[in-house]
Amino acid sequence: MNDAEIKQAIIDIISDIAPDEDTSNLKPDVRLREQMDLDSMDFLDIVMELRKRYGVNVPDTDYMQLATLDSCVNYLRGKLVARAARVS
Amino acid sequence: MKYDAVIIGAGMSGLAAGIRLAMFDKRVVVLERHYVWGGLNSFYQFKGRQFDVGLHAMTNYVPRGAKGKPLTRLLKQLRLRHEQLDLHEQSFSLISFPGAKLRFDNDFENLRGEVRRAFPREIDGFDALTREIAAFNELDLDAPQVSAREIVRKHIKEPLLEDMLFCPLMFYGSAREHDMDFDQFVVMFKSIYMEGFARPQAGVRHVLSLLTNRYRELGGELRLRSGVKRILTRENEAVGVELESGEIIEADHVLSSAGLVETNKLVNGDRGMGVPPVPGHRPEADATGKLSFTETISVLDALPKTDATIIFFSNRDRFEYRCPEELCDVDSGVICMPQNFRLPKPIDALVRITNIANYAKWAALKRGEGDSSVRVPANWVSGVRSQVSGNGNGAVPDTRNPIPDTSQADAYTQAKQNCYEHSVNSVIGRHLPDFRPRVQLVDMFTPRTIRHFTGHEGGAVYGSPKKVRTGETGIKGLTIIGTDQGFLGIVGAALSGISMANRWVLKEQVSEPVV
Repeated sequence: MNDAEIKQAIIDIISDIAPDEDTSNLKPDVRLREQMDLDSMDFLDIVMELRKRYGVNVPDTDYMQLATLDSCVNYLRGKLVARAARVS
Repeated sequence: MKYDAVIIGAGMSGLAAGIRLAMFDKRVVVLERHYVWGGLNSFYQFKGRQFDVGLHAMTNYVPRGAKGKPLTRLLKQLRLRHEQLDLHEQSFSLISFPGAKLRFDNDFENLRGEVRRAFPREIDGFDALTREIAAFNELDLDAPQVSAREIVRKHIKEPLLEDMLFCPLMFYGSAREHDMDFDQFVVMFKSIYMEGFARPQAGVRHVLSLLTNRYRELGGELRLRSGVKRILTRENEAVGVELESGEIIEADHVLSSAGLVETNKLVNGDRGMGVPPVPGHRPEADATGKLSFTETISVLDALPKTDATIIFFSNRDRFEYRCPEELCDVDSGVICMPQNFRLPKPIDALVRITNIANYAKWAALKRGEGDSSVRVPANWVSGVRSQVSGNGNGAVPDTRNPIPDTSQADAYTQAKQNCYEHSVNSVIGRHLPDFRPRVQLVDMFTPRTIRHFTGHEGGAVYGSPKKVRTGETGIKGLTIIGTDQGFLGIVGAALSGISMANRWVLKEQVSEPVV
């Protein structure tokens, strides 16, 4: 997955979790919590969806890496590459 | 075949927990004793009309996009859009006591204005109480239990105002007589006064259809007429359930909405409480709830002349929230007129009156084989108007008249008929104009009906006064959800199922390595 695809994957997950939120204009460098009504239960959902859809494991201690879209991409880039390498 | 989770009870908490687990590909089955789902918030058909069982209103109403509120949290967890609930707000509600009336709606400032109008010396105390409530984190599942009366009295000096503020909160959710735990008080205060009342056009059926459809879409299994006889444990760990039919269902997790005392019995038989005391909880000699209710439903051929959606009343100066000596206490109650929500399409005009009732008294009454339906008294159709003054200040009707035409019925049916008439008579002239000549059809449920349909011991609508906020039972893999976990109302019960499924089943998965 390239960076744009990873970003879109996160936005897709957020749109599914919070169907009342407008996710079309999210700023990549601003904390997601400041742009939307997301609480710790929602972050648990993001983590579980990442696991379900892409087989990525995000331990508790790494939740802060999901603060913004940019930080999500940075964090997941390595994970998704590692995953792809392991699969192939 | 082994399930990841078995859920006991297809009420709001069980269905919501089921949705969460099915959403993350858990093998899950919801077991319901009855032939219809909904539990305390179910529905039925009677003489060709549709009725809701428990629902007066959905509490916790906030508009779409309100941040950090229980309703928005619920919608996200179930992945529903706000508009799918089809909620329509109340017009207004009343707290009506002999000494004062307070009107409130879904704008908290209006209640504040009413308190200032009716109790001008108490407004600073009311504001201080509001600040303490707003700052309180009711989601802290490990907070110690304290008396709500004690905290309210720090701020409110006038006993009448104290009772009036407690009245709706107790009627809509207190399992404890006279008092509430402060965390429960805060949950109810926020959900009723700071958020508000609404209802879907089609009532509880609509909410239940949303939940059951979502659950089935996700691959969840729902089995009706599947009462649980026993919860199976091995070395203090839940391993499944045995159904009344003898069938064994194995599972890693059992989530029970049966109630605290009831769940204990499913594990231990009658050997007593297997659940260790929860730290910070007040000791309870008997964990069975003491508060049950009767509810009378009168279908009218025209709207009674009032715009109020719900009226919480006491005909006594002091509000008495306790199990009454008699079958039911008609001197306090809740009147709900669902047609007075701001609904786009008109619905049947109803007057529902809820009164506190004594379960043991009702349970002791002889019940024959015959029809136990309540009937419209023959003398209501004409001639009643002249007996009663409808101006709210005049003569109060005699509510003790025996009912002549049920002498052949069994004691239970006679008691229902008596209580129905007393219940209606006690509100006429005080809280509602005389609607008796307009009554077309009546129905009523009693503590026995509640016991039958919810399985709660003592017909205790709000379950045990002892709540287990963390859901823990002392048995690994067995979790309490729903009423006795401590979140109430439709939104609260559903959030209870969700938060317990998250905490005890899904979080466990997150910490496992991906294979």
